[in-house]
Amino acid sequence: MNSLYILFNETYKILFLLIPVLVTVAMIVWLDRRVWALVQKRRGPNVVGPFGLLQSLADALKYIFKEIIIPASSNKVIFILAPIITMTLALVAWAVIPFSENLVLADINVGILYLFAVSSLGVYGIIMGGWASNSKYPFLGAIRSAAQMVSYEVSIGVIIINVLLCVGSLNLNDIVLAQKNMWFVLPLFPMFVIFFISALAETNRPPFDLPEAEAELVAGYQTEYSGMMYAMFWLGEYANILLMCAMGSILFLGGWLPPLDIETLKFVPAPIWLIFKILFLFILFALVKAIVPRYRYDQLMKLGWKIFLPFSLIWVVLTAGYLLYFNLLPVQT
Amino acid sequence: MIAHAVFFYFFSFIAIVSAIMVTAARNTVHSVFFLILDFISISCLFIMIGAEFLGMIMLIVYVGAVAVLFLFVVMMLNVAQQKNQWFGSSKSSSHIPIGLLVSLIIFVELIIVVGGWKYKPDLLNSSTITISSTISNTHSLGNVLYTDYIHLFQISGMILLVAMIGAIVLTFRERPGLKRQSYIKQISRERKDGVQVVEVESNKGVKIDV
Repeated sequence: MNSLYILFNETYKILFLLIPVLVTVAMIVWLDRRVWALVQKRRGPNVVGPFGLLQSLADALKYIFKEIIIPASSNKVIFILAPIITMTLALVAWAVIPFSENLVLADINVGILYLFAVSSLGVYGIIMGGWASNSKYPFLGAIRSAAQMVSYEVSIGVIIINVLLCVGSLNLNDIVLAQKNMWFVLPLFPMFVIFFISALAETNRPPFDLPEAEAELVAGYQTEYSGMMYAMFWLGEYANILLMCAMGSILFLGGWLPPLDIETLKFVPAPIWLIFKILFLFILFALVKAIVPRYRYDQLMKLGWKIFLPFSLIWVVLTAGYLLYFNLLPVQT
Repeated sequence: MIAHAVFFYFFSFIAIVSAIMVTAARNTVHSVFFLILDFISISCLFIMIGAEFLGMIMLIVYVGAVAVLFLFVVMMLNVAQQKNQWFGSSKSSSHIPIGLLVSLIIFVELIIVVGGWKYKPDLLNSSTITISSTISNTHSLGNVLYTDYIHLFQISGMILLVAMIGAIVLTFRERPGLKRQSYIKQISRERKDGVQVVEVESNKGVKIDV
């Protein structure tokens, strides 16, 4: 009975996390389109429900009732697996995100490595989808996307090392608590900027959305997908974007901590602060999408390997040297 | 701990089956996918025995980077249909004897290594290795790696660097007549370099030199 109880309890906790995440993903699609439209002086989705809030639900309904077309020459098992893997990986990473000191599904001591590992697995959904479609545009899109994601992961990894040097722990809650006096965005501001740009590239957002550049590749790796499978790719993509925003707010913006450690601000519950920070970063993502033109592919690679990687490596040396010289290296017992 | 045993057998069953499928799959791309599944289940096993750092690094390095390169090579070279089969086909491959020989040698080597396994005699007297239930193994690994084994750590880093430079030297070739973008050149270009005001006489036209 005891193990059964544990099973139900864990299932309940997982659902309590997953359902809000999925609803937020649906709402965030609406927010993205809305911000994009407002920048361009349009109205955006405003018909279904108040302020168009139910637009995503209407879209989902439409996708569910559309026929799923599987190309005859495709590799069927992998073709069907690809969107499932994208979606699963995007949701599985949320297990370690701390919403407050105790409100975290799995408080593991290598939390940041887990996040990094899961986000580096995200590339498989795309490669599998592109290859299994057995068609030119999806394959080219998948190759572009894989090369891009692998390149920018490297600089994200080095940026994480920067933060870890200041924390001395791989646990996400420790990372948040280490920012009690000062958020890492202040001392590591250049790293925050590079992290933000790398996150754009990692999630295939504009201006780095070359894998699905309409003008060249129709829709990239998603070209052959239809109906609910396309929607799953889409949901997975947005869940990944939210995850990157959550990672950015935990690493640099103090996670669930209120700003400046003021007592009065602690009346606002901790999860609210994290959600505010995630939304703030997401609105930045949406603004970038609206105002920046697309990069050329060689410029993208040059930016990743020749500018971001050396710069963040030099910054690691600087941070380590500074911490060592002033004897500030965190020591944990 | 029955749940522990169930998960152990689950992951090891997947690891063994997918390892066999790597060689048995008809399609080379499928082989790589089975290899990835194998890596993932092995890292799950690592995490189960408490080596969570090793498991995560396995996921990041092997699954996140190395296997992606495998997949790239296999997809780009289009070797998907060229694979010889030893399993479930009438035409057997000529590589089987060599493969068996190599795997036999590796097997014997592994037995020798495991049979002669011994801990370093002064391992437990070392000042930096602390075996305690309060310190996570990632923490103690970090303590050991950057103190007692710093030279080995740096040497392995140097070996990787040399291998990387070697690969770049082998594949690098300078192609003549390639136009490259230089940001400095673009930014430092001024009006007088690019624009010329010409007085055009009527009925004469102007000769344009590029």
